[in-house]
Amino acid sequence: MSLLDVIGPVMVGPSSSHTAGACRLALLARAALARPPSEARFDLHGSFAKTARGHGTDLALVAGALGYAPDDPRIPDAFAHAEEAGLRTSFGTSDLGDVHPNSVRITLGAEEGTTTTLTGSSLGGGIVRAFELDGFRIEFGGGAPTLLIRHRDTLGVIARVARVIADDEINIATLHCARQRRGGEAMMSIEVDRALSAPAFAYLEHLPYVLWLRHLPEVMSATSDGAHIAAATARTDG
Amino acid sequence: MTLDDLAKATGRASDAVIADQGLDDAERAALLAGMRERLREMRDSIERGLASDAPSRTGMVGWNAKGLWQAEDLLGAPLLKRVQAYAMAVNEENARMGRIVAAPTAGSAGTVPGALLGVADHLGIDDDRLVAPLVLAAGIGEVISQTMFIAGSTGGCQAEIGSSAAMAAAAVTELLGGGADACVHAAAMALMNTIGLVCDPVGGYVEVPCVSRNAFFAVHAVSSAQLALAGLTSVIPPDEVIQAMASVGRMLPPELRETGEGGIADTPTGRRIALEMAR
Ligand code: SF4
Repeated sequence: MSLLDVIGPVMVGPSSSHTAGACRLALLARAALARPPSEARFDLHGSFAKTARGHGTDLALVAGALGYAPDDPRIPDAFAHAEEAGLRTSFGTSDLGDVHPNSVRITLGAEEGTTTTLTGSSLGGGIVRAFELDGFRIEFGGGAPTLLIRHRDTLGVIARVARVIADDEINIATLHCARQRRGGEAMMSIEVDRALSAPAFAYLEHLPYVLWLRHLPEVMSATSDGAHIAAATARTDG
Repeated sequence: MTLDDLAKATGRASDAVIADQGLDDAERAALLAGMRERLREMRDSIERGLASDAPSRTGMVGWNAKGLWQAEDLLGAPLLKRVQAYAMAVNEENARMGRIVAAPTAGSAGTVPGALLGVADHLGIDDDRLVAPLVLAAGIGEVISQTMFIAGSTGGCQAEIGSSAAMAAAAVTELLGGGADACVHAAAMALMNTIGLVCDPVGGYVEVPCVSRNAFFAVHAVSSAQLALAGLTSVIPPDEVIQAMASVGRMLPPELRETGEGGIADTPTGRRIALEMAR
């Protein structure tokens, strides 16, 4: 946590955890989908479920799905903007189990059928943590560029990926990995000190056991005048 | 870093906070530029808040800061009035979904600017001199966040307003020339006297009691600075005070942690307002 996260973010009120944090979680989900969503479903847990409207959590989540940063003056009118942008939204409540009280499961879908489900928590002061993506346990906080890699569980994948990142002269800050079953599909989340170069990204993308790769931008310093939110790179392949 | 480490610093506490970050020159410059930007945003939100009487989303607040600012100062205590009005100005902007700086949260965003900018303006101190105290405030918040989540939903309002008051107390102490030891004790005394404060927003909206609470705890921070600058200290070591607050936070039932189901929210009128708003 940096000092500018403690005195900060600069944001639209009224709550750093329920508004700014919610917005950031939705921004991460949008980046994981890697294209503008046409459908957004939000399942709220705990305090998020109880006080969502009071804190503008609903507005902030929709704003994040639209790609707006936490300080964006359009947040109070997020629903109107969603309608203009052709984004259908729905809300529900859900018991996500023994997780932080400010948690939400975000499901975004795009026109051509791609969907992504991200579950995460807003820990206070606008700090967030995603802990599940498309059913896999991962972990990242949006405070650093993050690689998400869905791959087949074969020997040496992690070592290979780590090697490529090291050859790009980038340090790995965190790495989380989970698989469905031995030899099945697996997911890795890797927070890195800076964004991967295009050649390194392309290399990883073409590894035979890599099914799907995303490069999420850092969202903690996303502001409404910066353009880097839209910069998530994408490519899928079944 | 612990508060005990910080208290032992020989120079300014804010310098020790910066040194502890292990930044290179460029990162250090970026931090200071960022804080300057935060300071400008704080000023801007105070100005908007003092000038506006537009109601918040629910209509429960919106005119308090302006009303106080324009009221006659019958107490003959301009500092008190200024600190309270600034703090509420920020939180009423927050309640209107205006632009504010979370410090450390949005619900507690008025305390640090209320105390720090309030004291500075009262004494005619330049904004340039507020950057270092703001860094210190952030450093105190960071230390607290290593022990507990700074969120009403996990630790009650003591975690939010208590933290902001501790941060503000240290900042004001440094602004007025207090050494690192005095800054840390100002923070500890502010925290110790906020322990137990529950989070009970009416209807779940960050308005009542939040707006007036920022006014009260901005003043609380200034009084803590006053005691520390006079040499008073916390008998309980500052790090132990944080531990105590964290343990009280864990004892709080969910009703008193930002669910809007206990305390002032759970009064007949609080419940009625919540029902009306839900419609
Ligand atoms: S009562 Fe709750 S919502 Fe209001 S300022 Fe305190 S912690 Fe924040």
